[in-house]
Amino acid sequence: MESTVTTGAASENVWGGGNKPLGASYGKMMMWFFIVSDALTFSGFLAAYGFSRFKFIETWPIADEVFTHVPFFHGNYPMIYVAFMTFILIMSSVTMVLAVDAGHKMKQNAVIWYMFLTIIGGAIFVGSQAWEWATFIKGDFGAVETKGGRILQFVNAETGERAALSEFAKILPSEREAHERKNGIWYYEEGYMPSFSIDEVKEGFLANPSILIRTEAIHQEGEKVGEKTLLTREESLEKIKDGTIVVEGANLVRNEYGSRLFADFFFFITGFHGFHVFSGVVINIIIFFNVILGTYERRGHYEMVEKVGLYWHFVDLVWVFVFTFFYLV
Amino acid sequence: MAHAHKLEIFRGLLKFKNNTQKIWGVLIFLSIVTAIEVVLGIYKPRVLTHSYFLGMKLLNWIFIILTLVKAYYIAWDFMHLRDEKTALRRAIVWTPIFLVSYLVFILLFEADYVYNVYKEGFIKWNF
Repeated sequence: MESTVTTGAASENVWGGGNKPLGASYGKMMMWFFIVSDALTFSGFLAAYGFSRFKFIETWPIADEVFTHVPFFHGNYPMIYVAFMTFILIMSSVTMVLAVDAGHKMKQNAVIWYMFLTIIGGAIFVGSQAWEWATFIKGDFGAVETKGGRILQFVNAETGERAALSEFAKILPSEREAHERKNGIWYYEEGYMPSFSIDEVKEGFLANPSILIRTEAIHQEGEKVGEKTLLTREESLEKIKDGTIVVEGANLVRNEYGSRLFADFFFFITGFHGFHVFSGVVINIIIFFNVILGTYERRGHYEMVEKVGLYWHFVDLVWVFVFTFFYLV
Repeated sequence: MAHAHKLEIFRGLLKFKNNTQKIWGVLIFLSIVTAIEVVLGIYKPRVLTHSYFLGMKLLNWIFIILTLVKAYYIAWDFMHLRDEKTALRRAIVWTPIFLVSYLVFILLFEADYVYNVYKEGFIKWNF
């Protein structure tokens, strides 16, 4: 018997069927088929991300400046939380493989515990991803978008730190008619309003000589290669005239961190991966209950645990690549 | 039940006594690799971000290679590819590698061309 479980009696008859030249059962083989095709799907997405990034290589957002938050802590901690998520996923992969190992040895209780830990790990990961999305959508400092769709961010010249809109925007007395149901079509909502109007940001910017504009353009050569371009005060005063709307946070249409495509791909790829993790957790739960009920004990082998294990490891494998291409490179 | 798990990693440099030990060993290795990636990602040493190899920053090369190393150990040890028959393993591994390299080459080459068109063409984007 090979290291992996084979089901049914092996037939020695070459032409009578029942041969397993690859030494894998039907179910396992189909799981591998699925995994290979799903791997190609993810590769397509990541390659498309690479396409857009190479196309806008000089203005692409720098991930370290986008994902800087850790729950319950204030301050600037790039990478830390994603590293934690990666570790959680690898850890749950380990408990999964331990469950498979225990399954080979027909240790029902060990399989139950390891499956349980795997499910917990998956749930923590999905929760973390939800939090990461919420933080990304909510935004950090706020920015101004120009007529051409470029993003202008603000930096405090004295500290060299990014300046939030609320730090310098001037509250202007203005009157605004709020949309109410009785005034128009009743099912129209008022929609999202940024915290400050573009005029308030512009006024505050003019009144505050220490605020500079940072553009999306990345220095391609010289001492500051790889950093975003910081304009002088004179250039900034000229540039702010182009501003048309205030952008806070990111969505599928606007993105205060820079290129809109960055947000689109972030939502799409991590969303697709998160959906895989979620369905993996659901499948794990189903198998978990089957193990508790003793289904595989009666069947005589735990190959089902091995099959969901393959799927679960695949999810981890994809995350390794997403982590590299979204957060590191 | 006797299992024919292959218990060696690093081409036989490290041999584990049983499968459980191998799993923990691989976890430690993967954690170390991830830790290296994170530390490099946070500090971004100047030596690595300012030197290039084949048009890409040395740091990015390191990230990509470490990623492939991690992928190898996840597939080989966690997904048991090490214990599968050679034919199955090759069918699973080389099919995507071939298709993905092709796709990535085509798309990145094309993207670089589009970038140059935008850069040198009469297109105004910064307004």
